[in-house]
Amino acid sequence: MTGVPLSAYLVLALVLFCIGLYGALTKRNAVIVLISIELMLNAANINLVAFSKFGVTPSITGQVFSLFTITIAAAEAAVGLAILMSLYRNRKTVNVDEMEMMKN
Amino acid sequence: MSLSGELIAFIGLALVAIVGGVLLITLTKVVHMVIALVFTFLGIAGIYMLLSAEFVAIVQILIYSGAITIVMLFGIMLTKHQENDAPAKGGWGSFSLLAAIAGFAVAVYLGIYNLDIPVQPTALHEENTKQIGIELFSKYVIPFEVMSVLLLVALVGAIVLAKKDDEEGDRS
Repeated sequence: MTGVPLSAYLVLALVLFCIGLYGALTKRNAVIVLISIELMLNAANINLVAFSKFGVTPSITGQVFSLFTITIAAAEAAVGLAILMSLYRNRKTVNVDEMEMMKN
Repeated sequence: MSLSGELIAFIGLALVAIVGGVLLITLTKVVHMVIALVFTFLGIAGIYMLLSAEFVAIVQILIYSGAITIVMLFGIMLTKHQENDAPAKGGWGSFSLLAAIAGFAVAVYLGIYNLDIPVQPTALHEENTKQIGIELFSKYVIPFEVMSVLLLVALVGAIVLAKKDDEEGDRS
């Protein structure tokens, strides 16, 4: 068995997920926060595709599911940026520290 | 483990992906972060190729490295941003966050590092796109149609949200 083992792909996905999580929680520009969320979704996609090849019952289903996830992610990015535009017009900021209208 | 070509390709692509992610965290200019992210997406597309998912890899390049990156660049250009995204304040908050993420990473790693599922031969690489099409239109027709409705809703919703509402009370 000379191929790359399943756990290597899973560890890669874990590292990317942790990078995305850290970015989403520490960055202050809302666009970068959205990008970090995309990175986390990508890490989940790697897991789906990896299990579709190396899982207990390998089948094409994992790849189909990853296509669904990519679609959802694209829709989420579009709507998220539209909300950001609307917020920017009203508040003149994209800084997540200053988005606190719903506090108090 | 012998150093096969697949392993070399995996290491290279994984390095590209992870270095892109680390640059996303460490770079200071917002536009540079997005450019670093393109490398991550391309590396992930290569990983899909290794996993014999050619169609998903092409979709990844088209949607992520193309569409989403451009949309994010638009979002950056259309909003006034500080050229340099100031890093978050250090201190206990940042440190405890880092510790929490490290703990999460270790916990998941302990679960997966020796996960050993016997590898079975697959036919995923033979006519990959045709297989996806057959599966999609035989077993997943309803989710596929729901997805199209969802994309329409997202399109209309994004237009409505981003529309300029300067004339108040004017129901246009």
